[in-house]
Amino acid sequence: MNRFSYVRATDVAQAAREAGAPAAKIIAGGTNLVDLMKYDVERPGRLVDITRLPGLRAIEDAADGGLRIGALVTNTEVAYDRRVEARYPLLSSTILAGATPQLRNSATTGGNLLQRTRCYYFYDVGTPCNKREPGTGCPAIPGVNRIHAVLGASEHCIATHPSDMCVAMAALEAVVRVSGPGGERAIPFAEFHRLPGDAPERDTNLGRGEVVTAVELPARGFPAHYTYLKLRDRHSYAFALVSVAVGMEMDGGRIGEARFALGGVAHKPWRDPEAEAMLRGQAASRDLFERAAERTLRGAKGYGHNTFKIELARRAIVRALEQAAAGTPQSQVDKRIR
Amino acid sequence: MPDHPTGSDTLPLSLTVNGEARQLRVAPWTTLLDLLREDLGLIGTKKGCDHGQCGSCTVLLDGKRANACLVLAVVKEGSNVTTIEGLAGPGGALHPMQAAFVEHDAFQCGYCTPGQICSAVALVEEGRARTPDEIREHMSGNICRCGAYPNIVAAIEQVLAENAR
Repeated sequence: MNRFSYVRATDVAQAAREAGAPAAKIIAGGTNLVDLMKYDVERPGRLVDITRLPGLRAIEDAADGGLRIGALVTNTEVAYDRRVEARYPLLSSTILAGATPQLRNSATTGGNLLQRTRCYYFYDVGTPCNKREPGTGCPAIPGVNRIHAVLGASEHCIATHPSDMCVAMAALEAVVRVSGPGGERAIPFAEFHRLPGDAPERDTNLGRGEVVTAVELPARGFPAHYTYLKLRDRHSYAFALVSVAVGMEMDGGRIGEARFALGGVAHKPWRDPEAEAMLRGQAASRDLFERAAERTLRGAKGYGHNTFKIELARRAIVRALEQAAAGTPQSQVDKRIR
Repeated sequence: MPDHPTGSDTLPLSLTVNGEARQLRVAPWTTLLDLLREDLGLIGTKKGCDHGQCGSCTVLLDGKRANACLVLAVVKEGSNVTTIEGLAGPGGALHPMQAAFVEHDAFQCGYCTPGQICSAVALVEEGRARTPDEIREHMSGNICRCGAYPNIVAAIEQVLAENAR
């Protein structure tokens, strides 16, 4: 780990000011940042500790029937919060599908949004990487790319976003609240993370000196018809090869509002508004779900080792939509897929 | 720079470790794991992968299990840390989880065991795991390369059953 200075911020304004300095990084739970620092992938000159900031540790009911989750609320606290379990079980399910009890106890809501890709080349400072060192190239494209993106990638980067929680946040259309030099603003979840394009070093649209203060969930939480289906190399404590989060409303056998987002396949949680629109107002059927899956994957591109993800995602979408429509969400303990 | 600098590189840190209040000075890049092992001599907590993947460094941090290798000590100002050395009762009486691990031979080489036991103590405290499937899922952050898993699950099941009585 490189040497750095340390400051414990006492209010959000101070944290934003400190975090705006070149080479400064914010630390909260540290589960990803400290790991990256040990690999010299992150070499901050100064760490800004935001764990003592007031007002960021609560989960509060919002006036519109939604829920406001402070940025410092841990993944464990979110997953087992009674309101989240009752009104947003999809969010609980995604969190419990990821990491371990130890990591979930330390990892925060804000930090989960900002975790970085687990691309092997990004982590290995002995290799080039456009995300780590812009302009050096992407060895994953001609290289070992089994875990990489099949949707929305670019010639500069085919990394994926590793979060499970964010896949639910995307489907729930959460809003990220941030505070920075320009004041406070709200970023719709779909606009928070970026596709790699020609600037893969930027994971998000967060500006310099901006601090995530909360994530707001709208009232609609899909408590009856949801699922998080996560496919991976081992049943626990592994990143998704492909995952699907679904939230649906059903009226008899007919679908009302329907959303689904994919994890493990792109630089951000992947939603396809056209595919979702195909579901609304229709009778739930395997044929319909297969057509929605085809639509979602119409632009998919494999890079060799990861080409299997396209067919895997197609099947996972169909299965997840069936689970959600039937009201039989995937268990995150009994991992058998039904 | 040396790993254990003094003077201007260090920051004051107050921690309670196994019930004892400690006033320390640490460099900001010191992990809680290195502080425990190198500075405080509490070598029961093990360094396995040093990246949060194996669980051998699991300690109880303010009563909750955490990977000490991914925690910068200075961030935890004022916290309460319990390591494997702090679990035994007065006079060295084994914690029920320690006794159950011995009884069920829940280890072979023993390197992962302090982390397994701290994690298992937290699992019982959390009260969310009851069935063997749930125990396995809630212990997924602790790897045992000797493969003592069936006996680890049996030890935890025994403590859960004792507590239910």
